[in-house]
Amino acid sequence: MATVQIRGVTKRYGGVQVMHGVDVDIEDGEFVVLVGPSGYGKSTLLRMIAGLEEVSGGTISIGGRVVNDMLPKERDIAMVFQSYALYPHKTVAQNMGFPLLMQKRPKAEIEEKVRKAAEILDLTKYLDRYPRQLSGGQRQRVAMGRAIVRDPQVFLFDEPLSNLDAKLRVSMRVEIKELHQRLRTTTVYVTHDQIEAMTMAHKIVVMRDGRVEQIGRPLDLYDRPANLFVAGFIGSPAMNFLEGRLATRDGRRVVETADGTALPLEGAAAEDGRRVTYGIRPEHISVGEGGIPVKVSVFEPTGSETLIFGRLGGQLIDALVRDRIEGEPGQTLPFRIDPRRAHLFDTATGVRL
Amino acid sequence: MNPALQGLITIVVGVGGCVAYYYFSNQLLDKVLFPARGPEAGRNINRANMIRPWLFLFPALFALGLYLAYPVFETLRLSLTQRLPGGGSEWVGLQNYRNMLGEPKFWEALRNNMLWLIVVPAASTAFGLLAAQLTDRIRWGNIAKSLIFMPMAISFVGASVIFKLIYDTRAADQPQIGVLNALWLQFEGGFWSLVFLKIVPALILLAFAAIVAWVAWIFVRPMFKTGEPTGFWTVPLRLFVAGAAIYLIFLSLRSIVNIFGAELPYGQPQTWLTIPFWNNFFLMVVLIWIQTGFAMVILSAALRGVPEDTVEAAIVDGANPFQIFFRIKVPQIMPTIVVVWTTITIVVLKVFDIVFAMTNGQWETQVLANYMYDKLFRANDWGIGSAAAMVIMLLVTPILVWNVWNARRELR
Repeated sequence: MATVQIRGVTKRYGGVQVMHGVDVDIEDGEFVVLVGPSGYGKSTLLRMIAGLEEVSGGTISIGGRVVNDMLPKERDIAMVFQSYALYPHKTVAQNMGFPLLMQKRPKAEIEEKVRKAAEILDLTKYLDRYPRQLSGGQRQRVAMGRAIVRDPQVFLFDEPLSNLDAKLRVSMRVEIKELHQRLRTTTVYVTHDQIEAMTMAHKIVVMRDGRVEQIGRPLDLYDRPANLFVAGFIGSPAMNFLEGRLATRDGRRVVETADGTALPLEGAAAEDGRRVTYGIRPEHISVGEGGIPVKVSVFEPTGSETLIFGRLGGQLIDALVRDRIEGEPGQTLPFRIDPRRAHLFDTATGVRL
Repeated sequence: MNPALQGLITIVVGVGGCVAYYYFSNQLLDKVLFPARGPEAGRNINRANMIRPWLFLFPALFALGLYLAYPVFETLRLSLTQRLPGGGSEWVGLQNYRNMLGEPKFWEALRNNMLWLIVVPAASTAFGLLAAQLTDRIRWGNIAKSLIFMPMAISFVGASVIFKLIYDTRAADQPQIGVLNALWLQFEGGFWSLVFLKIVPALILLAFAAIVAWVAWIFVRPMFKTGEPTGFWTVPLRLFVAGAAIYLIFLSLRSIVNIFGAELPYGQPQTWLTIPFWNNFFLMVVLIWIQTGFAMVILSAALRGVPEDTVEAAIVDGANPFQIFFRIKVPQIMPTIVVVWTTITIVVLKVFDIVFAMTNGQWETQVLANYMYDKLFRANDWGIGSAAAMVIMLLVTPILVWNVWNARRELR
């Protein structure tokens, strides 16, 4: 187990710079999730930690040692790939034992470790099978087994659940989390799925365009997103954004939209007249007396909650309410916004105010 | 008539005839034999659909039957008969085979064929695999590949002519036009001659013996291990492999001794193709030169098909480049290697042109196909010629079946 420090890491492919100085500190035993839309450098960063990609600038250290110029095998890391990357010509036991075989460990020790890992992952019955004879979830577990037999300093997961169906994804998510609680190995986990990130991480690193947008604990990211991108990316359904200007009405600070609706605020530090984006999560809107009238276009009942889509002066707004509200599309409902849960961003820069 | 016009007409008539056959036979089936009308329309449609594949396959089946299946049986019949002076033939039973087995030239051909069978597919596949792997990641890899593949475009006879020039001999006081003799005359018995002509060949032979021993051990090992499932019927096969391996190891070790004992005729141009036993290898080089390109192209495609993820996983797992190649890549393309190997094996068993063009079977280089040609068309002895053809077919068939089986399994 070890800490991982990423300091000012950049990556260039020829003349194109794809990563612009990334800094992340990962503590011993921490479960860190790199999250962001596909193709924005999370996997590249992970592969640089693994040593599969060269670092163009900056340093990566594992357990205090700078590993920039080390071969992957000298870094003492284990990686689980999106496609599992099992060796199709080897049995489950041979797949899991391969890293140890490469370390020239004695046969008895390999067998013992593989057996133990198989027990943890509930694979004992399948040790003599080939990967093609296993289901997706079992293959996933074999890939994890191959990682844990090594007892590495750091686990790296590269979108390990994206090839599984939705139901299996939820159960594997729990399994990986349990495994981490049991082994307490430092883990870096890449995903594009913000729910995976929220449910599994101690710490989330939101990345976009080769830059870190925000680092924080899941609920901090949910409660205080640093900018519009993080606000829109974390949370499902996504946060509502309403554009307007800061104003004072009847002695209270509000955000005034183009059609004159006043959105309630609590303590805003910026001056009146500034163009701002008002963010409010659908689950922080309720329907009730005294709310802002919104013309509803679609009701989506899911049983436990109802998602209501509407329009406020040309801008989309949706609300997620626990009550079963039935109504006709086109009718007007009063949306009550909790001003303490409202977020305010500078429209021009996207930064939280 | 202008030959070009003639050719054009032939093409039009041929293609038109094919199209007409398919069109009209289909019409006949649908409109006349089993029309989809009347009270039994449904039954007729089903029957027409059952007959249609056979109708369309018929031309191909007929041609194959006429030009492949019929000659096999006719050859079998001919191998059991003998031509009579003045015309006609008589039934002689297995006499042709008995005569053939009594001829030392037949055994020489069989032995040489076995040598070709071991050396050429192994060398072509190994070089092809090596070339495929080495050219995989470099910028000028495709140029290198094209160069290695180019001999495939040369006919066997053309390649033989090229290599006859390489092996050519001139008197000692004249400039050598053969590359091999020109090289040979550079050696004069000094230190480098010792390295290149004694130590390097001895090491190659030693490596060969080691590989043979290793392969044999893989075959034999399960017999000593209890608990591993081995079919009882495989025991003779395993013993045969072990026996053949011991013989090959003995041969290579004896050759090493011979190499160091031999007095080499330095300074004298050699007529390479007349040196018994070794001239076989000079002929094999021609086929290896041609077939390496084939093996490389197929294996290169197979190597590209190895998932990059498994290679990266192996890198993270701590495998070095050799381990990645032999433990991750090669096992994954093993089915393709087997198909390439067996395909070349079949080419080798039929090898004729190279021997015919370069030595015509003299100086102990005879092979079965050339032996057959000799008997059939030079000695005009169709009996023994056909018997030799049957032997070749017997040797090819099992490998062919295995090849087809493997290729089909890989397609699945």
